[in-house]
Amino acid sequence: MPLIDIRDLSVSIPTPDGDVHAVRSVSLEIERGEIHGVIGESGCGKTMTGMAVLGLVPKGARITAERFHFDGEDLREKAQSLRGRHIGLISQDPAAALNPVLSIARQMDDVIRAHRDLPRKARRAEAASLLAATGLPDPERVLKSYPHQLSGGMQQRVVIAQALATGADFLIADEPTTALDVSVGAQVLALLRRLVAERGLTVLMITHDMDVIAEACDRATVLYAGRSVETGPVEAVLNRPGHPYTRALLAALPDAAPHGARLAAIEGSIPPPRSAIAGCAFAPRCPQAMPVCAAEPPPERVRGTHRWLCHLPEDAA
Amino acid sequence: MELLRYILRRMILSAFVVVGVTFLVFIVAQVVPSDPAALYAGPRPTAEQIEKARQELNLDAPLPARFATFAGAMASGDFGISYKSRRLIAEDLRAYLPATLELAVFSTGLALLIGIPLGVVAAARQGRWPDRLGSLGSIAAVAMPTFFLAMLLQLVFAQWLGILPLSGRLSREISIAAPLPVVTNFAMIDALLAGRLDAFVDAVKHLILPALTLASYPAGVAMRLTRSAMIEILERRHVVAARALGLSEPRILFGHALPNAMGPALTVIGLSFAYALTGAVLVEIIFAWPGLGRYVSEAILAKDFPVIAAVTMVVTICYVAMNLLIDIAQALVDPRVALS
Ligand SMILES: Nc1ncnc2c1ncn2[C@@H]1O[C@H](COP(=O)(O)OP(=O)(O)O)[C@@H](O)[C@H]1O
Ligand code: SF4
Ligand SMILES: [Mg+2]
Repeated sequence: MPLIDIRDLSVSIPTPDGDVHAVRSVSLEIERGEIHGVIGESGCGKTMTGMAVLGLVPKGARITAERFHFDGEDLREKAQSLRGRHIGLISQDPAAALNPVLSIARQMDDVIRAHRDLPRKARRAEAASLLAATGLPDPERVLKSYPHQLSGGMQQRVVIAQALATGADFLIADEPTTALDVSVGAQVLALLRRLVAERGLTVLMITHDMDVIAEACDRATVLYAGRSVETGPVEAVLNRPGHPYTRALLAALPDAAPHGARLAAIEGSIPPPRSAIAGCAFAPRCPQAMPVCAAEPPPERVRGTHRWLCHLPEDAA
Repeated sequence: MELLRYILRRMILSAFVVVGVTFLVFIVAQVVPSDPAALYAGPRPTAEQIEKARQELNLDAPLPARFATFAGAMASGDFGISYKSRRLIAEDLRAYLPATLELAVFSTGLALLIGIPLGVVAAARQGRWPDRLGSLGSIAAVAMPTFFLAMLLQLVFAQWLGILPLSGRLSREISIAAPLPVVTNFAMIDALLAGRLDAFVDAVKHLILPALTLASYPAGVAMRLTRSAMIEILERRHVVAARALGLSEPRILFGHALPNAMGPALTVIGLSFAYALTGAVLVEIIFAWPGLGRYVSEAILAKDFPVIAAVTMVVTICYVAMNLLIDIAQALVDPRVALS
């Protein structure tokens, strides 16, 4: 049984101008111990999918799903109690994720206290050892600091240490490297890989960067306009992508273009989140679109554990 | 380190404010009146008396020298003699200032204790009944005239329920039958110094209604300011992060969000403290509270400039000190304040 088992998840947010379909149909299976990448352009519903798992969708949002399970428990009922105990969050901007007016010691202590009944001294020692586990060289000094006194990389390590402090074994990392320098980001990815190996964690890695998928993930799911359009082992998704959108994302990578050539950004933009979509959402931008594409939902193509949704026959991929 | 430098900077600034106000007071008390010596010399003075007063007041010296003398006297607590009562102003202040400070400090504390938590709860239950009720209450608290609230509280708690005294600082059984030795003139402190628990409780009981009356306006404002600041903070990423980390809701509200949202309320509380020092005349009258407000109002009506000057100086110093405390509190709550 996969740790995360989501089938046909949708999240709609009512607004005065009509419902925003932040997530339209996402299916996601994540096995224990894997780092599962979720990739897509900005606005595709990656963050909202993660927030739905945490039970932190905006007020009034409607969640529907055929299956929405964590470790066999229904997230629609249990998200509140799973959050922070089994499921943790590492968010995009560590500077914003830390409370600017509280010392790191206070913020670590609050998390430890919320989950374990330890005397003060033991909590302090635990905080220091968690910070050390994230590769921070001088935990005592970090504990005495306030967020603004730390670099972005250090802040992100503190955020990771907080997530570890909850005892959560499943972490949702929402673009954990986007706000960081490339080299610092690479260190944070390496840290997450190490923690997964050492502590048997499972990670949902949200990103818009194929490099992150290639560097850190075991499996990947591609989201487009609130739908999961392709999923599979990273090698398969990167080397033999099935969906034209995945191919376009890969072609847009800087090193995919010949040296000096113009970066092949994907033409057009994702459909507005309030619109209804009948067929394939990618049809208006797809170089291989056929008349049937805009009219009918695409069928699932399967190649082992690699699956995607497209009207193109499998051998055309 | 940053904090110390910040506090030092604030203290220097405060000193400048005090010097500036001293100068203004000097102008008003000794330069503006056409003939301070005549005023000082009392009713229908002889030329001789005026001349004597002129010398006593040092009126013939050049302005800078006069200012130096004046500032020196103020600094040493020598506020001179009231034109009207001929009493030593310093003596009067020793009686009135503690009564006023008691009231100002307690009402300010009450305003914080009532306004801020209600603002937090209203923000947490935004749009639902605790919020509606709180908003209504805060509007009433701000809009209600103090004299009316004072009389309402007296009616309910003193007349109907009979659980709190109507007015005064101490009951007659204590002030007349078994008076407290006067040490500080703060009734509660004197009671404690004398080891008189009965007198202490009595003093607290007398303080409740006037303090509540004065707290009403700043509590209402603090509640509204805290509410709107909290609503903004609760949307922040770090609050979502705290939820995702499994922190309890009260911990998030009071331990994480509130320290980010205290600034505006603390500022308004400082202003209300200043108001309570001399602006509480009606409350002092209704509750027969022997405070500075009444003292200075009478002085204003009598053009008793030395008293006006002395009260202005004392109030300025109290206010500057309070602001300094608030600035330090802000910097302790938010370490980034000291950086700016
Ligand atoms: N609180 C909200 N209210 C209304 N729409 C929202 C809200 N949060 C996100 N959305 C919309 O939902 C869609 C998906 O957002 P998000 O999950 O943040 O995308 P991603 O993380 O992939 O960039 C976007 O169109 C976004 O504008
Ligand atoms: S279904 Fe059609 S439009 Fe959609 S990706 Fe496949 S070929 Fe392109
Ligand atoms: Mg996002």
